[in-house]
Amino acid sequence: MTRRDGDDEQLAPPPPVQEVIVGSSQPIGVGVPSDAAVSGAGPDLMAGGRKRMGDRVFRGLAAGSGGFIIALIALVAVFLITQAIPSIAKDHVNFFTSRDFSVRTEPLKFGIVDLLWVTVISSVIALLLAVPVSVGIALFITQYAPKALRKPVAYVIDLLAAIPSIIYGVWGIYVLAPHLEGVQRALYHLDFIPLFANKNVTTGSIFNASVVLAVMILPIITAIARDVFARTPNHHVEAAWALGATKWEMIRMAVLPYGRPGLVSGAMLGLGRALGETIAVLLILSKPPVGAPFTSSIFNGGQTFASIIGLNMQEANGKTETGAYIAAGLVLFVLTFVVNAAARAIVNRRKDFV
Amino acid sequence: MTVTAPAPSGSLLGARAGGSRQLKNLTAMVLVYLSFGVALVPLIWLLWSVLSKGLHAVTRNGWFTHSQRNLTYRDPGGGAYHAILGTLEQVALCTVIAVPISLLVAVYLVEYGSGWLARTTTFMVDILTGIPSIVAALFIYAVFINTLGDQRAGWLVSLALVMLMIPVIVRTTEEMLKLVPNELREASYALGIPKWKTILRVVVPTALTGILTGIILGIARVAGETAPLLILVGYAPGINGNLFGGFQASLPSMINAETLNLNSGGTYGLVNGKVQLIHNYAVDRVWGAALTLIVIVMALNLIARLIARFSKVEQ
Repeated sequence: MTRRDGDDEQLAPPPPVQEVIVGSSQPIGVGVPSDAAVSGAGPDLMAGGRKRMGDRVFRGLAAGSGGFIIALIALVAVFLITQAIPSIAKDHVNFFTSRDFSVRTEPLKFGIVDLLWVTVISSVIALLLAVPVSVGIALFITQYAPKALRKPVAYVIDLLAAIPSIIYGVWGIYVLAPHLEGVQRALYHLDFIPLFANKNVTTGSIFNASVVLAVMILPIITAIARDVFARTPNHHVEAAWALGATKWEMIRMAVLPYGRPGLVSGAMLGLGRALGETIAVLLILSKPPVGAPFTSSIFNGGQTFASIIGLNMQEANGKTETGAYIAAGLVLFVLTFVVNAAARAIVNRRKDFV
Repeated sequence: MTVTAPAPSGSLLGARAGGSRQLKNLTAMVLVYLSFGVALVPLIWLLWSVLSKGLHAVTRNGWFTHSQRNLTYRDPGGGAYHAILGTLEQVALCTVIAVPISLLVAVYLVEYGSGWLARTTTFMVDILTGIPSIVAALFIYAVFINTLGDQRAGWLVSLALVMLMIPVIVRTTEEMLKLVPNELREASYALGIPKWKTILRVVVPTALTGILTGIILGIARVAGETAPLLILVGYAPGINGNLFGGFQASLPSMINAETLNLNSGGTYGLVNGKVQLIHNYAVDRVWGAALTLIVIVMALNLIARLIARFSKVEQ
C-alpha cells in the first residue's frame, strides 16, 4: 500500500503557517487509525490498494499544473534574458547610463536611464496621490460608513478596477488633460523645485499620466487597506475607547498601527501595477523629440519601459531590434518582480502574527 | 455615594475631549468623507464621458453588424462587428486554455499541496498576478515569433492573455475550495470513494458557483487588455474570423487604432458640392468602441457577482 500523501509530508516538513492553512482544508481523518490521522492522509488509507491508478493520475495532473506555473515564470526569465543579451552585447553605448534609444539601424545605441526615470517618477507620484485617498476610503468603509452602506461603497470602488486601461488612457488624454492644465499652471509657481519646472507641455505630461495611474491603482490599494483595517483586533479598539479616545485618536492608536504592514504591501502592489502599465501611459504621454535634453520636471513628456515597447515593438524587425525592446522588458520584469515579491513578503510575514 | 471613576466625557488622553482634540477628530472625519468623494469623481466622470460620447455611435444602425473596412475617418457609418468578433474569439481561446490549468493548480494547492512545490507554486502565482501584461506579451513574442518563427496572429494574443487570466482564477478557486466543509470530504471518504473522485464529484461541485465567479472575473480581466494586442497581432479594419492567420481586430485595438486618426480631423473638404468642415468620425468610433467594451466588462462583473450570491458555501 503506497501512502504518497503521507510520505511527502514526512520528507518535507512544511512551515508552520503552511501547515495551518493546509491542515484546515485537509480531512482530519476522524474515525480512522491514529497513524493515518497523524500523517494527514487518512482517507487514502481506507481505500486500500484498488484505486491507486486514478489517484496517481489526478495527483500527477494537479502537481504538474503547479510545476507548469513555476516553469512558466522560469521560462519568462530565461527567454527574456537569452534574447536580450545578444542585443545588449551589440549596444554601442552603456545600457544602464545612456539616454539614447536608437535600435532601428546599426550601430545599436540604447540605454534605459530615461525610461527608468519616467517609469519610476510617474509611478511614485501616482502612489503619493493614491495612498492617502485609499486610506481615507478604507477608513470610510471600515470605520465611518453606516453598515448598510459598506458593501455598496466597496463595490463602487471595485468598479474602478474593472475599467479597461485603454479607456483610462483615452479619457485621461482627451477628457481629463485639458482640466488638469489649470492645476499644472498653479504648480508652476513652485518651479524652484526642479520637479515642477515649466517645460511647455500642457497636455500629456508625466503629471497627467500620474493622475490617471493614481485612479487606476486606487482600487488595488483600497482593497488591501480595507481588508487589514477591518481585521484590527477588537480589544485594541476597545482599549482606545476606554482611554476616552476620540474616533480619530482610536484610529491613530489602534487601526493605523495595526494596518501599517498591510498598507505598505498594498501600496507596493499598486506601485507594481503602475510601473507596468502600458496603454494608458502610452496614449497620455507626449513623446519629446529625439535628442531633447534631460529634464527632471514632471511637466514634460517622456516614455516608460512599457510605453516604448508598446509603441515600437509592432514595427520592430529581426532579433537584434526586438532584442533591444526585450532588454527593456527584462528590466521592467525585474523591477516589478522585486516590488511584488517584497509586497508579498510583508503580507506573508504578517500572517504569522494574525 | 462617591464617584471615583472618570465622568463619561473625561479622558486619560487629555484634559477633556474638547478643543483641539475635537477639532482634529472633526477634520479627520471630513477628510475621510472627502476622500470617498474624490474617488467618485473620476469614476462618474469617466463613465459619463464614455456613455455620452459613445452612445450615438453604438445606437446607430450597423454598429453591431458592420466592420470598418474601406472607411476612413471622413466616412460615416461602419461598426464594430469585426472588433467584437476578434475580442470574443481571442478571449474564448484564452479561457479554454486557462480554465483547466487554473482549476488543477487550485486543486493541487488546496487538496494536495504541501512542501516546497506548493509553496513555490503559491509564490509564483503571486508573481504571475503582478507580471505586467506587456512583459507577458514580450515573452510570447520571444518564444513564438523570435524563436519558433510564427507570424503575428490572434492566437498568440490568447496565449499572452492565458498568463494574465490564470492567477485570477487560481486565487478565487483556491478561496472557494478552502470554504468547502471538511465534513463533505470525510463523508465521501467514508463511503470508500477515492480522493480524486471526491474532488471531482463532491468538492468541485460544491464550490462550483464560486469557481464560475472566478472564471468570469478572469474573462473580464483579460477582455480589456491592450498591451498584448499592440505587439502580437496587427489591427485589421475588416472582418477576420481566423485566429491563426492574418491581422485581426478587437475592441481595445480598434480604440487604439482610431485614436491615431483623432488628430487628422478638422479639415475642410467638399461635401455635397460645398466646402465644409468635415466631421471626424474617428471620434465617434473611439468612444463607441469604448462604450461597447466597458458594457461587456461591466456586465461580466455584474454576472460574476450575481452568481456569487447563489454560492453553496458560506463566505
